[in-house]
Parts: sequence; structure tokens; C-alpha cells
Amino acid sequence: MELIVSLIPLAPLSGFLLIALLNKKLRQWLVALMACSSVLFSFFLSVALFFSLGEDQQAFTFTGFDWITAGNFSVSFSLLVDPLSILMMLIITGVGFLIHVYSAGYMHGDEGYNRFFAYLNLFIFFMLILVMGSNYLLMFVGWEGVGLCSYLLIGFWFKNTEYNNAAKKAFIMNRIGDLGLILGVIMIFIHFGTLSYQEVFAKAPELMSGSETITIITILLFIGAIGKSAQIPLYTWLPDAMAGPTPVSALIHAATMVTAGIYMIARNNILYSLSPFTLDLIIVIGLATALVAATIAVAQNDIKKVLAYSTVSQLGLMFLALGLGAYTSGVFHMTTHAFFKALLFLGAGSVIHGMGGEQDIRNMGGLRKYLPITFATFLIGTLAISGIPPFAGFFSKDEILATAFAENKIVWALAFFASLLTAFYMFRLFFLTFSGTTRGKQEAGHHIHESPGTMTTPLIILAVLSAIGGFIGVPELLGGSHALNNFLAPVFEQSRALATPHLLSHTMELILIAVVVALTLVVIFLAYLLYVRSKKVPTPEGVTLNTFHRLIYNKYYVDETYEKIILKPLNFLYKALDALVERLLIDRAVNGAGKAVTWGGKTLRFVQTGNTGFYIFAMVISIIILLVVKTFV
Amino acid sequence: MLTLLLIFWPLLATLVFFAIKPHEAKKWALAASLIELAISLVLVILFDTEDSTQFVINHPWIESLGIGFYIGIDGISLLLVLLTTVLTPLIILSSFKQQYENAPSFYGLVLFMEMALLGVFCALDGFLFYIFWEMALIPIYFICLRWGGVNRGPVTLKFFIYTLAGSLVMLIGLIYLYFQTPGDHTFNIQALYAAGQNLTVYEQGIIFWALFIAFAVKMPVFPFHTWQPDTYHTAPTAGTMLLSGIMLKMGIYGVIRWLIPVVPDGVESWGTTALTLSVIGIVYASFLAIIQKDLKRLVAYSSIAHVGLIAAGIFTLNRIGLQGAMIQMVSHGIVIVGLFYIIDIIIARTATQEIANLGGIRSSAPIFNSVFIIILLGSVALPLTSGFVGEFLLINAVFQYNFVSGAFAALTMIFGAVYMLRSFQMTMLGESNAATKSFLDIDRQEKWVLYPIVIMILLIGIYPAPLLKVSEVAVDDLLSIISNYHAGIRN
Repeated sequence: MELIVSLIPLAPLSGFLLIALLNKKLRQWLVALMACSSVLFSFFLSVALFFSLGEDQQAFTFTGFDWITAGNFSVSFSLLVDPLSILMMLIITGVGFLIHVYSAGYMHGDEGYNRFFAYLNLFIFFMLILVMGSNYLLMFVGWEGVGLCSYLLIGFWFKNTEYNNAAKKAFIMNRIGDLGLILGVIMIFIHFGTLSYQEVFAKAPELMSGSETITIITILLFIGAIGKSAQIPLYTWLPDAMAGPTPVSALIHAATMVTAGIYMIARNNILYSLSPFTLDLIIVIGLATALVAATIAVAQNDIKKVLAYSTVSQLGLMFLALGLGAYTSGVFHMTTHAFFKALLFLGAGSVIHGMGGEQDIRNMGGLRKYLPITFATFLIGTLAISGIPPFAGFFSKDEILATAFAENKIVWALAFFASLLTAFYMFRLFFLTFSGTTRGKQEAGHHIHESPGTMTTPLIILAVLSAIGGFIGVPELLGGSHALNNFLAPVFEQSRALATPHLLSHTMELILIAVVVALTLVVIFLAYLLYVRSKKVPTPEGVTLNTFHRLIYNKYYVDETYEKIILKPLNFLYKALDALVERLLIDRAVNGAGKAVTWGGKTLRFVQTGNTGFYIFAMVISIIILLVVKTFV
Repeated sequence: MLTLLLIFWPLLATLVFFAIKPHEAKKWALAASLIELAISLVLVILFDTEDSTQFVINHPWIESLGIGFYIGIDGISLLLVLLTTVLTPLIILSSFKQQYENAPSFYGLVLFMEMALLGVFCALDGFLFYIFWEMALIPIYFICLRWGGVNRGPVTLKFFIYTLAGSLVMLIGLIYLYFQTPGDHTFNIQALYAAGQNLTVYEQGIIFWALFIAFAVKMPVFPFHTWQPDTYHTAPTAGTMLLSGIMLKMGIYGVIRWLIPVVPDGVESWGTTALTLSVIGIVYASFLAIIQKDLKRLVAYSSIAHVGLIAAGIFTLNRIGLQGAMIQMVSHGIVIVGLFYIIDIIIARTATQEIANLGGIRSSAPIFNSVFIIILLGSVALPLTSGFVGEFLLINAVFQYNFVSGAFAALTMIFGAVYMLRSFQMTMLGESNAATKSFLDIDRQEKWVLYPIVIMILLIGIYPAPLLKVSEVAVDDLLSIISNYHAGIRN
């Protein structure tokens, strides 16, 4: 058993090491085979673990070796296997494997092919460490490690300065979050004397609910989640991160890495349930992010940018669920989102691949006949994200909306609005891409082709998952037993004891579902009218319809505002410090002192022969003083 | 005997330089430093991690003045000895491409310097410590002055006066302590500890500053740092490596060995001030690093920031902080020698060290690029690199000491990433230009320097336990001196 647990992260790590060290000597097909099979191997092992976890044993840890020990601080390399980490492992290695296979086709012919797979395997390793670590510091290892891989992969095409800037921005914005996270981890250590999850969670109930300590700790950890999971105010790196190759966007910036924040808060559910204030904060930030990102997505024309803002928005919904204390719902939506968002990104990649690099939806259209498989799978993904039953997104999103409705009607209304926007911008994207006639340049039309089997097979598998994935969480209301809920129950046992469940009557829930689905269909129809019937094409670059359109088209000018109120003043501060403090103040004082010494040295030089320098001079003088003093005292 | 051999083998080896041809000097120097490394490894093997000071030699020297030749090695010393003996061969090897005029004296000075540094880390007599401390200044002074770059005269002079002024204040402090020792007076370390601890709080405060300024200049701690960017920039690369990799640890070591146990009440009164200066230095130097246009100066400022964190961690007088400081000293030494070598290679290949004039090196030098990334990650303290272990422990300790200081100290995580990634991007990424187009990837000799550095960065990051174990007892000893002192005062 221990062997299996340790092999799960070690397999992709050895894949990385082999490819990285033998880089030049390996043929591309061999690299792809090694990279894919190492992840597939981990997937099989994760499945084996899944089945080995029974009633009698719901969690166990496997300790490798002591990592850092200093004074009363001690942390070991130790892995935790429990339902939550197994679920994450299955998503990471399962979806990860499909994206590896897809990449084998997508990256074909790229000169950095081997390097790409090395990074991808390294990413899987760190992501597994993130979710398998049995203590906060090991989670932090994975947390920063995936940030590194994200940096390397966003800037994968390193000759492009814009891509490099996007990579740097991602790393630094993540680091801002990481700073909060590490301080939170240190606070946990100060108050609990340990960083092991199990020990911390065991001691947590001793803290008063809502006490200052627990509030600070949870807020600091949440700052980490804000950075990694791209929430307000640190979300602007994610849309820029689309500079990376599309499989990277699918794997790292949609399905796995950006959900690390969700995982982290779900993992710490007991701490968060003890801190009502932080939960409210999470609701506010999650909801605001969901709305802001969804509105921006409506006016974007880059296929990947739309999906990126969509990811930000969906992550906001997941945080909303967590903030409402509905941890299972958050994790459920994260799971279904991993399926359909990976599918949508890979579909977008297939479109871009088929169009020879085109990413602007204004130049697409009519791709249905050229890319039939991509079209069909993309449709399933779009239905899933829009929340149309029985596709995966319906169940998970419905759960979040129902919880919100029970908690607070305004929250529900806003979340519902974000959900309607999602349906709108996704179908806008879908119609503009696949229906009508091709608008792009004439010559492009002749070359449009469906992607090879290595790319379409993962699409089909993900489409199946997006179609039926929701059935792991069918509520009792609809005749299911919510398997996911039961599976994860041990993880959320502690926090459930603290929760006060708001129960909606079955009739109420059914009415809600009916309203939500009906309005969503109306919105989709609206998109149909706009983009299919009246063949509307978004305005060309720089042209905006009205003030609000200008605002969302320009992403609320957030980047520009950050530039003005943070970067510029900081830059001014650096220069001011350099000019005023460093040169004017300190250096001048030092030089003044220096001159005094030089003058003193010259004046006193007659005592010595003069050419041996200050050093010998000083030495001798000091010894003389010493001797003199010794003689007289 | 082994300690004696350890300290004086490099000096003995310099004799050979009188007899050899100039072009053979570097090989002899490398051989000598490797033998020295072997000697230190024997020490490591024989060292008992459960025991405090070992390999002690205590001979009367200038008996009339109470000066003894008193040396010994505890865990704190051993880590720094090991750092010195590991880095010196790498530094010598890294200079192999340089055609130094009068090479025998250059390498002789490097070995002489190694001797002095080892002496500093092993001395247990105040006067002996001072002698070694000043002896370390002589070779580096000549190295900078004779083999340095543009403007080396004034820059070296500034460096020299700066550190010398610091040392003189320290000497006065030591002599003052000496006269407080009972009887015929002695420079014996235990006697000096006792003498310092018997002083009034006020006197301890004065001694604190006398000693601290010397150490603060060496590290350097804000605002005593302005000699450093200029010197690092002007000195030949080997000199910069010696200064940044090893010599600045003299200052940190000084604080641990010759300041904290000597004047516990001085530290009690002024430790927070020193810690605050260090934390200011972290943020201040990081800010200045961001706007540097020159690679060497950028790394110089980054070093001030990193050392500021180490100093802050020490003044927390917390076990975690001191252990963090020890491991971070080792890591900092390895990483910064790696960074300066990276810069040296870039300058040698492109004849420019202006960041703005570089770019695109990665295209033609993938191995160089990978090595640079790993060393850079060590510098920005990514987990599983050596930099993380120390930085985490240090931030942890400073945060425990004071939340605000801790939060400010932790800003190094963000700004470190800002200036390192910026310089990495501007030198390595993007399109190549005329200067970088035909950049050759690293050759075998360069790999022999860089690979060990990379391996050490990763190894210490993944499994730091053995190193942490080495200094454990010594750190506990230090803390028990402090706690015994405070307990004694209270009784």
C-alpha cells in the first residue's frame, strides 16, 4: 500500500527526470509515450487506492522521512490518503492523462516538444504533492511547485516578450497570494505547535468560533487561494496566462492548478467553519468575481480569453459554495468543471489547430462542417457549463444555487445572474465559432481540418464525462443518493457538526430548478437570435457600442488601474529611494567619513614611512596602544 | 592537530607558489583547495553531532597578555568551515578561464584568504579572532586592487576604510572586555563571555554597538551597506565570490559567537533595533535591486536583502531562527557563488553586463539556461531548493518575534521574485541580439563548477536534516548561555 501511495507522485517525477536529463537524445514519440504512460500509471494506482479505501479505513498517512526539523518545529515528507485527496488524485491524473495524450498531437512538430512534456510531468508531480501532502508545508511545496510549472509553461514560447511578461505576471501575482498562505501556515504553527492536518484539525475545536486567531489564520490562507485560484483582486494573471499552449490552459489554468484554492479551503473546512467572518468574506469575493468575470467574458473575442474569464467566474461560484459552508457542493462543481472546462479548452485548441493559429471568434464561424467531432464535443461542453440537465454542470451548479437560495435571496439572485451570463457568453462563443459561414480570410477556409485522433479521442472521453459526470452527485430529490456526498462525508464530518442546515422543501427546490433551467433556455435562445438568426458579429477592434460595453470590453480597466495606483507609485518609490536615501543620504555620509579618515591618515603619515597603507598602520597602532595600556594598568 | 592542519594547510600550500611556473598556479591552487576539502571532510566524519566544541587546541601564546592560541570547532563553526572548504575549490575552478597576470600571487592570496576565514570560524580567543579577522582583509584588498575592474582604486579604498573602521571599533570593544576579565586578564572566550555578562546594562549596550557595527559592515546590514555594490561590481569575479559567498558570513558568525553571548543585556536592549534595521534592509535592498541596470549590482543588492533576513532571524534569539540562519548561510553562499559565476560567464561571452543589452541567450544555450533557472529558484527560495528551508525558518522566527516585522521580512518572497525573474527574462528570454546570438553553451570546466552547485541546492532543499543536525547542539548551547544568564540575573 505504501509503495502504491509513494509511486503515485514518483511516476510523473521520474518521467520528468528522464525526459529532462536525456532531452536531446530522445525521439519525440518516445517522450510522449513516457510522459503519458507515467501519468496513466499514476491514474491506475489512484483507482486502486480508491477501491482499497473502505468503511474500516477512511484515511491513512504514509511518512517518508523528516524534512525540516529545527527546535520545536518539525515537518516530514508525509502523504495523506483520504477521500478528498483520492478524488483530487483521480481528477489530476485522469484529466491530466487525457491532456497529455492530446498534447502529443497538439504539440507535434514544435521544437520544444520534449521540454513541453518534461514540464507537464513535473506539473503533475507537484500537483499531486499539493493534494497528497499530509501537512501544510508539503501542500506549500506543491503550491509553489505548480506555480513554477505554470510560469515555465505560460512562457513556453520564450522568444515572445508578451508571453514572457504574462508568465512573470502570473508568478508574481501568485507569490503575493503565497505570501499570505505562508504567513497563515506560520500562524497555524505558532498556535497549534504543529503543521500536520490531523493534529491541527483535532485541536481546532478548542479555539472559540470566530476568535481573532482563527479569523486571521483563515483569511491569510484564503489570500493564498485568491492568488492561486484567480479571484478578485488577484485574478488578472489568469486571462494573460492564455499565452501558454492550449493544453496547458486546459490542464493548469482550468482543470487542476487553479482549483488548488478550492481544495485548500475544503481541506481546512473545520477551520473555516469556525470563522463565520471569513466565510462571509469568501462569499463576497467569490460572488463578486463570478459576476465581474462573467460580464467581461460577454465582450471578449479571443476564444481562449472567453474561456479564461469563464474559468475565473466559475471559480468564483465554487468559492461562493465554500463560503456558504457547502464544501461538498464546491468540490462537486470543481470536479464537473474539470471535465467540461478541460473539454472546452481542448476543443478550443482543436479549433485553433484547425484554423492554423486563429483565435479570434470574429474570424471563425461555420466550423461545424469542417470540425464535426470538435463541434459535437464542444456543444456538450457548452451545455454542461450552462447547466442544462442532465449534463454535468447542471447538478453541481444547481446545488450551489439551491444552497444560496436557502441562505440569502440576494446572493442567490446574483449567483443566478452570473449563471445566466455564463449560458449567454458560452453560446455566443459556440454560435460564432461553429454556426453560419466562415468569416475568416478566404485562403484559411481551404485548410481547415479536423484534428488527429490523439486529439479527438480525449475530446470524446471528456465529452462523455461532461455528459454523465453529474450523476456522481444526483440529489435525493431527483431520485439519486449523492454518491459524492457520501464518499466525501468523512472529510467534512467535523464541519458538518457546526453547520446549521437550511432545508428547502422539495417543492421549492423543484420550482427553483424549473425557473433556473427555463430562464437559461431563454438566454440561450436570445444568443441564438442574436448570433445565428441576425448573424451579428462582434464589433471590430476598438469599436464599442456604449459606455458599459466599453467598460467590459476593456475588462473594467483593472490592469490599467493597477498600473496607475500600484506599479507606478512603487516605481517612483524605488527611484526616490535610490536617489535620495542611497546616494544623497547614506553615500554622502559615508564619503564624508571616508574623507575625514583619508585626511587623518595623510596627516598622521609622518609617523610611518607612509607606503604600507592604512591597514598595517592601524594594526601596529592598535598593538602599540594595547602594549602601552597593558604596561600602565 | 586536525584543526591546526585545517587552518594552516592552505597557508602551507601557498609556499609552492614560489616554485612553480605562472601558468601552473591555478592547478596547484585547485589541488591544494581540494586537499583542504578532504581535510574538512575528515573533520565532518569525526565530528560528534551530540557534543559541543570539539577538536580543541589551547596553547598559551603571548602569555604576558593572556593571549592563547585557542581554537576549536562546534556545529556552528563546522558548517561555516565546510562552506569555506567547499566553495574555495569551486571559486578557484571558476577562475580557470581568466588569464590573471601574476597568477601565482593571485592564487596564493586566495589560499591565504581561505586560511584566514577558517581561522575566524575556529578561533576561541578574542585576540586570535581579531588577528584572523584582519588577516582576511589583506588578501581580498590586494585581489580587488590588483585584479579589479574600472575605478578599482577609489572603490577598494572605500571598502577598505569602511571595514577597517568597523574592525577598529570592534578591537576597542574587545580590549575593553579584556580589561574586565579577572586577574592577569585574558582573551579566552569563556572569560570574555563572563566579563561581558558582568557589565551593567548600559555598558553592555555600548559594547553591543562597538561589536555590532563591525559585524554589520561586513554582512552588510542597512545602512552600513554602501561599500558592497561597488565592491562586488569592481572586484574580479573570484574576489566577489569570496566576499559574498564566504567573507560576509564572518559578520553573521561574529554576531552569533562574539556578540550575543557576550552582552546578553545589550542584545536585550538593542536587539530589536538591529532586527528592525535588518528588516528595513530586506525591503530597501529588494527595492533597489529592482531598478539596477547591471547584473552584478543587482545580485549585490539581492544579497543585502537575503543577509538582512538572516540577521533578523538571529536577533529573534529563537531556536528556529538560529537554525534557519545557519542553513541559510550555507545556502546563500552556494547560491550567490552560482549567480556570480552565471554572470561571469555572460560577461565573458557577451562583453556586457548591462541587463538591457542582453536577451535571447536561452535559444542557443539550453543547459546554461536550466542551470540558471535552478540557481535562480534557490535564490527566490522555491520549496525543494536550499533557499526555502532557511527562508521559511527565518520568516517563521521573525514572525513569531513580531508580526509586523515578520510580514515585512516576508515581502522578500514577492520582491525577490520580481527582480530575479526580471533579470532572468531580460538576459535569457526573448529574441537574441548581436551580443548574444552566438552564445556558446557551458563547456566541461564550467559544468564542473555549476553542476555541484545545482546538486547542492537541490539536495539541501530536499534533505536538509543532516545539516540542521550539525548545528543543533551548538545553537542549543548558545541559547542556554542566554537563558542561564537571564535566570541568573533574576535570582
